[in-house]
Amino acid sequence: MAYEAVIGLEVHVQLATKSKLFCGCRTEFANAPNSQVCPVCLGLPGVLPVMNQEALKLALTAATALQCDVLPLNRFARKNYFYPDLPKAYQISQYDEPLAKSGYIDILVNGQSRKIGITRVHIEEDAGKLIHAEEFVDPDKSFVDYNRCGTPLIEIVSEPDMRTPEEAYEYLVVLKQILEYTKISDCNMEEGSLRCDANVSVRPKGTTELGTKAEVKNMNSFRGVRDALTYEIKRQIDTLEEGGRIVQETRLFDSRTKRTDSMRGKEEAHDYRYFPEPDLPPLEIDPEWLTAIRQKMPELPQAKKLRFKQEYSLSDEEVTVLTQNRALADFFEKCTKSYPMAKIVGNWVKGEVLANLSANNQQIEDSRLTPAALVSLLKLIDEGKISGKIAKEVLTEIFATGKSPEKIVEEKGMVQISEEGALTGIIEEVLAANPQPVAEYRAGKTKALGFLVGQIMKASKGQANPGIVNQLLRNKLEV
Amino acid sequence: MNISRNKVEHLAALARLELSDEEIEKFSHQLTDILNYAEKINQLDTGAVEPTAHAVPLKNVLREDEVKPSLLRETVLANAPDAGEEYFKVPKVIYSS
Repeated sequence: MAYEAVIGLEVHVQLATKSKLFCGCRTEFANAPNSQVCPVCLGLPGVLPVMNQEALKLALTAATALQCDVLPLNRFARKNYFYPDLPKAYQISQYDEPLAKSGYIDILVNGQSRKIGITRVHIEEDAGKLIHAEEFVDPDKSFVDYNRCGTPLIEIVSEPDMRTPEEAYEYLVVLKQILEYTKISDCNMEEGSLRCDANVSVRPKGTTELGTKAEVKNMNSFRGVRDALTYEIKRQIDTLEEGGRIVQETRLFDSRTKRTDSMRGKEEAHDYRYFPEPDLPPLEIDPEWLTAIRQKMPELPQAKKLRFKQEYSLSDEEVTVLTQNRALADFFEKCTKSYPMAKIVGNWVKGEVLANLSANNQQIEDSRLTPAALVSLLKLIDEGKISGKIAKEVLTEIFATGKSPEKIVEEKGMVQISEEGALTGIIEEVLAANPQPVAEYRAGKTKALGFLVGQIMKASKGQANPGIVNQLLRNKLEV
Repeated sequence: MNISRNKVEHLAALARLELSDEEIEKFSHQLTDILNYAEKINQLDTGAVEPTAHAVPLKNVLREDEVKPSLLRETVLANAPDAGEEYFKVPKVIYSS
């Protein structure tokens, strides 16, 4: 029988605020354990949480960018459960009156555009971190760090609209891009500022009833999500084919084995006993806030792609690479302002610039390369002062030192030799040293020309202008 | 409304309480009585009354995104039943919900 999978994703995103959701503790990652906590986020008696307005603004920006309807009245709720990562024994979240509902994003898979629905976006606080590492002496204990506790998150719940692991992967890529473009979150998965759980079930193709779903957790990369879904879908189909049935359960993904395993035990059904948070008054969303957010909304990735394609006559592939993040797209556009040959800029950015960034493990905004420097470099090529090959070396040097291309070229004596007099000397030396190829060329073996050009380039330390060398060499040989 | 022994056991499990047989029996009656008392409100027509989540009509209480000093770790861990290596220590748990 042919089956199809039904996939929905729950994504938690850390909002890029300086302070926590309900108190003034820092949200920075990787500070010393339990150094960013206060009576509010520790849930000590008698404290009062107060909502961070920047977190609200970022959450509203996310809801707007994801085309959601923002609910005019927002309420917080307590989600009650006992677990050591939660000092209050409840998490402040939103339940039946969330921030926003009914949005969507468009994804492109195998050249086909698909609309993936967003069920809801709500605000909640993060929990603390439990550490069970072996390095700690006490094997019967878990260690708790509450630094992350109270960090502002939004949870973005998709509709079960995805059918393949590839669609889920693409959904995450597009979602992350939107969140980065709007500066809602840094989306750093390694630091946990973007986390994803998946709900997945299978059903016979052509039917509409949903199968029993499993919730898959513990995936720490987009590739992990794809691998976990691929495994889980096959497992469910195999189970059904063998006459078994799917159990509704939580399964953990192991990135080493690329398998999911049942999280046995603890199967007591969740009973969170949500109720309205009495410490926080409701939020009445002022329509003017939303108008202001819409006015300040940066160009979103999809719109930028479309505009780049039309404005700069670039291919889909080029546009995808150049708009992969907002800083890179901005860099490209700034270059084209003073160097309008977009195709050439695009080729350099997606080729050499990205290669250098990747070699240095950098993002464009952390690198020493400025749009002005790249433009100067391109102009040096156009003016015949350096060859394309030398330009690549100069670019690497810019990344290393941050010096201007003119200065690098001057300091390293990399100026291209186009002057006939200087080149003639080198050419004559090379011809004198290589009588055999010279004779071959004259006997009609034109291939020998390439060898001679190579020798001349070498003798000039790569600084000879290859076009002029070719020209001069032919003249000499054909005397 | 009747709060069964099963319900009491479920609530006790959620609250991480260990109850004796007699306590389960006792709380089952007491909780039933309390809820039946509260049931009286259902004799009134509350259809036109907004559900009240807060006693005071406040809304939109917000603060600036400003970092304030946190507590010293020493203070943070001072009242912990068990602590060490800069962490709170708890009985070993396997995975978060």
